[in-house]
Amino acid sequence: MDVKTGFFYLFSVVLLFAAFRVVTARNPVHAVLFLMLAFSQASGLWLLLQAEFLAMVLVLVYLGAVMVLFLFVVMMLDINLDTLREGFWKHFPLAATLGALVALEMAAVLMSGFRISEAPKAALEVGQLAPQVPNSKALGILLYTEYLMPIQVAAAILLVAMIAAIALTLRQRKDSKAISASEQVHVRAGDRLVVVKMDVVKLGEAPKSAEAGTEADASKETKQ
Amino acid sequence: MTLTLGHYLSLGAMLFALAVIGIFLNRKNLIVLLMAIELMLLAVNMNFVAFSHYLGDMHGQVFVFFILTVAAAESAIGLAILVLLFRNMNSINVDELDSLKG
Repeated sequence: MDVKTGFFYLFSVVLLFAAFRVVTARNPVHAVLFLMLAFSQASGLWLLLQAEFLAMVLVLVYLGAVMVLFLFVVMMLDINLDTLREGFWKHFPLAATLGALVALEMAAVLMSGFRISEAPKAALEVGQLAPQVPNSKALGILLYTEYLMPIQVAAAILLVAMIAAIALTLRQRKDSKAISASEQVHVRAGDRLVVVKMDVVKLGEAPKSAEAGTEADASKETKQ
Repeated sequence: MTLTLGHYLSLGAMLFALAVIGIFLNRKNLIVLLMAIELMLLAVNMNFVAFSHYLGDMHGQVFVFFILTVAAAESAIGLAILVLLFRNMNSINVDELDSLKG
């Protein structure tokens, strides 16, 4: 058993344990953290398969972005855990039966349908790029030549997802007293201060108006 | 004993089966349902990468790339809907989400 096989079993055992804990953890925060562990182990496995670029993308995109998103959402929501856990073990026999069925079916199809025991073919043999080309470069060449149109569609999908996520969660708060910076900048002196001309008032006489028209009660003093 | 394609395929099958079990166990918790879907996609991607390596074909990895893109979009929109749902109904229990009377 060489080192690669040892690492494969290490990563696999931790991955399966983490996946098991994801679906059985009582606390959703723990579930998200175990999911992060599972993704990191999968990234290690992909490194064993010499898919370096995808392993790094998995770490950056999933561990760095998607899982943090999950964590934020889980922490934002105030969930009553007990009602959500109702009937957890009630479904277990059905779940275990279906899970075993899925695993057995996949095993049967995969074991009989593919030559699974052969060693990996070198990339050169099947008419692909030369094996000395690094994985990221080979992937990049494929993506930007043969798959140029699909990658544009993928970019459009990401844009739509971003717009949809923002549009769904954006809301205008009614009770907010936020100021509008644009209105503040564009205000002119005339909007704020009204100069009111009024007659001369002699001393001792009762003034025609109680106060000289200042800016606040300018509407009352509109003699002219 | 060297690693064969069968090792990776069995791992993917076990991971997928665990995710299916998780969907059945956590029927009420929408967040864990989303996480189980992520696990399923990870199992599928594992199979893609394994086939890509053992058949010497880079196209499998391109497909993994696109699946990652779509999965990221899906989880972003799913979580946005989840937040909206919690804001309106104060619950993420799947049993209570019956306002559409489907």
